[in-house]
Amino acid sequence: MGLYWSFGTVLLLLAITAPAALAFGFGGASAARSRIAPLRWLGKGYIAIVRGVPDIAFFLFFVLALDIFFEWIRHEIKCPDWTDSIWQGNDFVVCDIAKLPMNNAPQWVHETYGFFLAVLTFAIVFGAFAANVLYGAMRAVPHNQLETAEAYGMSRRQVYWRILVPQMWVFALPGLSNLWLVLIKATPLLFLLGVEDIVYWARELGGAKTPRFTDYPHGDWRMWYFLGLLIFYLAFTRVSEIVLDKLMLRLTHGQATLGGETQRKAA
Amino acid sequence: MSCWETIADYGLRSIGIGERVLPREGFTLCQQFTLIGSGMIWNIYFGVLALAAGFFLATAVALGKASRNAVIRKASAWFIFLFRGSPLFIQFFFAYFLFLALKPVSPIFDPFTSAWLGALIVLFLNTAAYSGEIFYGALQSVPRGDIEAADAYGMSGWSRFRRITWPTMLRLAWPAYTNEAIFLFHATTLVYFSGFPAWQQRGDALYYANFFADKTFNPFIPYPILAFYFILLTLCIIGLFGLINRRLNRHLPQETRARMKLKLNVIR
Repeated sequence: MGLYWSFGTVLLLLAITAPAALAFGFGGASAARSRIAPLRWLGKGYIAIVRGVPDIAFFLFFVLALDIFFEWIRHEIKCPDWTDSIWQGNDFVVCDIAKLPMNNAPQWVHETYGFFLAVLTFAIVFGAFAANVLYGAMRAVPHNQLETAEAYGMSRRQVYWRILVPQMWVFALPGLSNLWLVLIKATPLLFLLGVEDIVYWARELGGAKTPRFTDYPHGDWRMWYFLGLLIFYLAFTRVSEIVLDKLMLRLTHGQATLGGETQRKAA
Repeated sequence: MSCWETIADYGLRSIGIGERVLPREGFTLCQQFTLIGSGMIWNIYFGVLALAAGFFLATAVALGKASRNAVIRKASAWFIFLFRGSPLFIQFFFAYFLFLALKPVSPIFDPFTSAWLGALIVLFLNTAAYSGEIFYGALQSVPRGDIEAADAYGMSGWSRFRRITWPTMLRLAWPAYTNEAIFLFHATTLVYFSGFPAWQQRGDALYYANFFADKTFNPFIPYPILAFYFILLTLCIIGLFGLINRRLNRHLPQETRARMKLKLNVIR
């Protein structure tokens, strides 16, 4: 049963992470082309740092770091009269009521919290990739369009929301669809973050370390489980590719690009 | 214990030379730097060998995908789709359990279940598929005039490929191939987190970084050290591939030379 739920976990992760990463990316890209210098540095720094380092290291890093960060904030708020340092030698100690999740919380809270951390980590890392794609797409919108809008007397904000943002998607889509495929392929890393996903179950169910004492009287089936996963991912990738191609076709419609021009002539 | 002693003890720990027991407590900065650095040996080993061997298979696959023979073309296209369409992580797991299942069949498969060979094969096939796609794209955009000029000189078959098509393909593909090399090195960190066990705690850089992060519950020191090493490695790769790029482009006038534009890091 757990195996089937875990497919749901993966799909849920994708469903939450994709919009969240897009939001992070949009924020990052907007910050990177802001007129205020510190905001611009923040946006560019965010893009540069996350993209320069092996992603898996980031996944391992952020889960621990976010956990510590949240507990530290709660610690500062809830226990202001705590005198000891929170770093005691090699241990990180916060007061009991600042623990996240609470020590006495039921199991599902722990699991949900772990899942939440994983989603946040995915969103941060993929947000940086998305920010880069969107930043490039914003710069790819023909400059004349923006100048024309200014000539019509639109303010900077109006130009941004009415001209730039609607037009950038067609430039961003190839990058974003690539990112989506990458995101699909990154989901098995959930396993490393301690969420009981499909990789976890494939290992558990297929394994036969103590065959006499379990309910599964078979040999080592893990190979077949992983073959199944491989096929699942391949099929998922293929379906996504087809859907994204359709979407691209729709978005190109009526755009001032080579693709749009071809469509116009063909019609 | 001074830092030099630590380096002497743990500098080659990842390949089994030096102190057997990993440090247990009082982790110093020096220890973390040394052990994570010694883990980098494995990352470089996997990366360099997979890249060197994968290069040839990638050329073959690219030619296969552009082949006129339908069987070869389909086979190459499926090979590329298989390895690019599925997560490397799952590929590692699958390969490990496949080799494990083959182990009772014949003792030949014994070394395949250990990381140094099994993971290397997966990485080799994976990079061959990714670079094969890059080379295929470059092969499609080799200028027609170049081929016609070769025909006019009376070249055909092997000599045309060796002297005209192949160098041009490499020249066009090189910036993208540099990216691929960087990703591959980043991807080597996955090896010890998939099925492949780290025998006697001889792991790669991330394995040790994770070890320290687990032991100290402080990710803010080992992971930045790891990042530091990887940024260093990335810079080396960019430098080396930049030199090759210069050589590949040396016949072109200065301003038309392909500038290396690097896009970093996408997960496989």
